[in-house]
Amino acid sequence: MNPTVLLSALLATPDSGSQGFDLGKMMAIIIASIFVNNFVLARFLGICPFLGVSKELDSAIGMGAAVIFVMTLATLGSWAAYHLLLVPMGLTYLSTIAFILIIASLVQLVEMILQKFSPALYSALGIFLPLITTNCAILGVAVLNIDEKYSLGYSLVNAIAAGIGFTLALILMAGLRQRLELADVPPAMKGKPVAFLVAGIMSIAFLGFAGLGG
Amino acid sequence: MSLVKDFTKGIYRENPVFRLVLGMCPFLAVTTSVENALGMGAAATFVLICSNFLVSLFRNIIPSKVRIPCYIVIIATFVTLVDMVMNAYLPDLHRSLGIFIPLIVVNCIILGRAEGFANRNPVLNSIADAVGMGIGFTMAMVVLASFRELLGNGTWLNFNVLGSAYQNQPLLIAILAPGAFILLSFILGFFNILEKRKGGRQ
Repeated sequence: MNPTVLLSALLATPDSGSQGFDLGKMMAIIIASIFVNNFVLARFLGICPFLGVSKELDSAIGMGAAVIFVMTLATLGSWAAYHLLLVPMGLTYLSTIAFILIIASLVQLVEMILQKFSPALYSALGIFLPLITTNCAILGVAVLNIDEKYSLGYSLVNAIAAGIGFTLALILMAGLRQRLELADVPPAMKGKPVAFLVAGIMSIAFLGFAGLGG
Repeated sequence: MSLVKDFTKGIYRENPVFRLVLGMCPFLAVTTSVENALGMGAAATFVLICSNFLVSLFRNIIPSKVRIPCYIVIIATFVTLVDMVMNAYLPDLHRSLGIFIPLIVVNCIILGRAEGFANRNPVLNSIADAVGMGIGFTMAMVVLASFRELLGNGTWLNFNVLGSAYQNQPLLIAILAPGAFILLSFILGFFNILEKRKGGRQ
């Protein structure tokens, strides 16, 4: 394919046809993905890692970084596959299968590259990477970007913002759970139940952002 | 005999949601109404039965090194099937479940049953296990959805239960995102108490 055609195809919004860069819309996407429609607390995506890796602050930060990284790459891959491969060939009904395969192989690839070139980063993120394949936030952001008909630029912004929102919720939760260790919780509510209760209260706080636009 | 056991364990003793705390994302997201919960339950149960059947059938053929990608492709195929059928025949339900239909692919219950049960058990047992787990998942969703719909909207399966006076001033938070977390936390706490009451038999 001609490189200029490829480039303009990448930058254009596929359906609305608007080529321009709209800062207002971009800010709205960022605010909406981090706060108003926070992936964990409002959209219920990525609950498993949210509960599983929020026991310590360090691992929460590691997991958050890994999710932002893979989410951005997965969005790039799924967007390209959808608009350059599935749409021209009329195979859009295969998108779910294609996206999950892209995500699974990307995670494998990132794991191998990190292991070879950056052992330090690998030892920090390594254990979280296999978990990410089944993190529904990653597939969720890929599907949402297609549903919302975002251009590649908006898709990437949305992915990074969604990752930041996920990390924010994870870090807040980890900080709270470290304090919860010392709290006098009724025996029946220890562990998961009280974690859900804390998540519910945080979710109420995030409801307050609903007025911010989006 | 073991067939019955494989079937019943998913309903209470190893209930995927209340006891194993799996499959939380669709569980919390679609329980805003009993109708959505039933729709999601039916879709997930169908995918679970088909994937357990195929995984169990091919369990001696699939090389163990690439088994996870194989399972994911099997699951994704049936999810795509459900997605298309639901879009054609139940468009309203399809719209309200939205992105959570494709996300059945990454529902940990389904991959968990393929990896934890179907890949080392015969076909019939795997189907019994899938039906039991599917019913357990659906029941759990209906329980939470009943609370949320009743408190947040005054209805149950779209029937007006609490009257229009309540509907003017419902406990709206139950149907919003925080209500799912808070009600689930109480339900899990209740199951913990129930388990303690049964005594320290385990």
